[in-house]
Amino acid sequence: MGRYVVRRLLQMIPVFIGATFLIFLMVYALGDPVVGLFGDRAPDPATAARLRAEFNLDQPVWRQYLLYLGQILTGDFGTAFNGQPVIELMARSFPISFRLMLVALAFEIVLGITLGVISGLRRGGGVDTTVLLLTLVVIAIPTFVLGTTLQFFLGVELAWIDPAVGPQPGLDELIVPGLILALVSLAYVTRLTRTSVAENRRADYIRTAVAKGLPRRRITTHHLLRNSLIPVVTYLGADIGTLMAGAIVTERIFNIQGVGYQLYQGILRQNSPTVVGFVTVLVLIFLLANLFVDLLYAVLDPRIRYA
Amino acid sequence: MSDRTERPTADEPNATTGTTGPVETTSSGAVRIDKSAEAPADRDTPLLEVRDLQVEFRTREGVARAVNGVNYSVNAGETLAVLGESGSGKSVTAQAIMGILDTPPGHIAGGEIRFRGEDLLTLSEDKRRAIRGDRIAMIFQDALSSLNPVLSVGYQLGEMFRVHRGASRREARERAVDLMERVRIPAARERVNDYPHQFSGGMRQRIMIAMALALEPDLIIADEPTTALDVTVQAQVMELLAELQREFHMGLILITHDLGVVADVADRIAVMYAGRIVETAPVKELYAAPAHPYTKGLLESIPRLDHKGKELYAIQGLPPSLTALPSGCSFHPRCPLSTERSTTERPPLHPVLDASEAPVAGRGSACHYWKETLHG
Repeated sequence: MGRYVVRRLLQMIPVFIGATFLIFLMVYALGDPVVGLFGDRAPDPATAARLRAEFNLDQPVWRQYLLYLGQILTGDFGTAFNGQPVIELMARSFPISFRLMLVALAFEIVLGITLGVISGLRRGGGVDTTVLLLTLVVIAIPTFVLGTTLQFFLGVELAWIDPAVGPQPGLDELIVPGLILALVSLAYVTRLTRTSVAENRRADYIRTAVAKGLPRRRITTHHLLRNSLIPVVTYLGADIGTLMAGAIVTERIFNIQGVGYQLYQGILRQNSPTVVGFVTVLVLIFLLANLFVDLLYAVLDPRIRYA
Repeated sequence: MSDRTERPTADEPNATTGTTGPVETTSSGAVRIDKSAEAPADRDTPLLEVRDLQVEFRTREGVARAVNGVNYSVNAGETLAVLGESGSGKSVTAQAIMGILDTPPGHIAGGEIRFRGEDLLTLSEDKRRAIRGDRIAMIFQDALSSLNPVLSVGYQLGEMFRVHRGASRREARERAVDLMERVRIPAARERVNDYPHQFSGGMRQRIMIAMALALEPDLIIADEPTTALDVTVQAQVMELLAELQREFHMGLILITHDLGVVADVADRIAVMYAGRIVETAPVKELYAAPAHPYTKGLLESIPRLDHKGKELYAIQGLPPSLTALPSGCSFHPRCPLSTERSTTERPPLHPVLDASEAPVAGRGSACHYWKETLHG
């Protein structure tokens, strides 16, 4: 197990280098960041040259990348063009997105798995049909529409929540945004759990459990659930990264200044240190989440052993 | 046998292996001859008695009648082999007894399943659950898929004691080790925390057997317990099962399509075809002189050394569709003795008579022409 983790961590290095280089190239391809900085006005040639030298923009692209990589390895993600260290932006925005992700993940686990198990056990019943229809609706309607609608009703009409959250929102403020962020994944988790439960319910070992005279509840919790959750856990793990990075829409609806918000601003302003820095961290989170899922997989299923 | 001859009468389909027709001797009586010393005090009540059981499956193609009035009984210490092809209803009958029928689509359309005289079908689900695994246990065919892949064998064995006996975790683990030693799994204590996939096929089937034996049930139903195993391992597992059955004096229903397995361990045989019992007999008599054309065909289809080089015998045709059973005798489309009468009139389970016209104990044949079959 320990050796497996080390090997997986080592494998991350080439993935990390490749991913960051691609991002670097893409941001580079966006155009001249110095021109972008000055907006519509023509930049003063002297200032532009100074900026280019300061940010290594006068170097060839591979050189720029290597210099950047060197900086990252010393923990320096550079400075945004407005003079703010990128690391400061991260320190502010990642915890917010992390909290939002936690709320969303909690919804997926609690609501998604519960609904999935219930509908999987009573396939074809009233609950099942309702759940299936609801998940279809949720998947079909864009997050933007559902989010703004809910924001309007709960925040403006009923005034149960603040339509926009504060600059450092707590978990309670993030409940509704978290639900909106979770919705689509929630629908998929429900469907995945439902299919998995319905399939495993017909398995021979469940028949054995019934023949052993075990109570129905024990069969579900001890025998059915653990086998059924293996694919669901895989999905949830992969979703952690998506939830962290893909909250742009939700974060904009509720004015949450998280990772999505900062990335959006960074792209809009061609702020390459911000964009590259954030995406690099996101890539790392994604890789770690995947490793975590693979390890969890072995815990859930003893047939999988890593050596 | 004289003490039993007065019991069942022609209009009382009771304790017999007859389907609908009159059989004057109990099949259970026949087997008790050598078991009578150990028979329970209540000699009139067999351990398990299935009466006129009917099971239907509602499918898209219509109602599949998987079991059409099966009668059989098993006594303590006795082994009844239920023989038949796939789809003959032998496993479905067992599932109905266990109460693990897939419902829906399957449901019991009629009949009784009496265990120690009590009709299981009228019991509440809680009471049935208490009997399942505790008094009646089942061994399944494929131990790999029948054991939970993510739980250790020790856990799965110990669960029996925890649920039915309220044992503590540690106690249950100890009992699991005992059980594994009982079925002769080497290094049981070291292997108790292993998972099913870490065992060989034969060892896994031993664990299935251990699980069924855990609470020393009165009746074990073994559904093709050796089909998924290598031939060499088959014999070992079957021997172990027979030995433990003798030791605990359990009733055993052995469901199989393997005639070789049956000959070694069974006391009595019930042959099933299309959801009915077509012949029942003590094992030796059935092998010596079958009284139903289907049984005869089955026996003739066994490869034999002295027939080397000759073509293997096969019963012509295919088993009937359960949604559209043939009229009269279900076997008539495949039967060499079939007549006009076979196509219109369904034969009841006739008592089989010997040369002096006296009924042979425990023998019955659902064929109009059982006599011709027996002597032909």
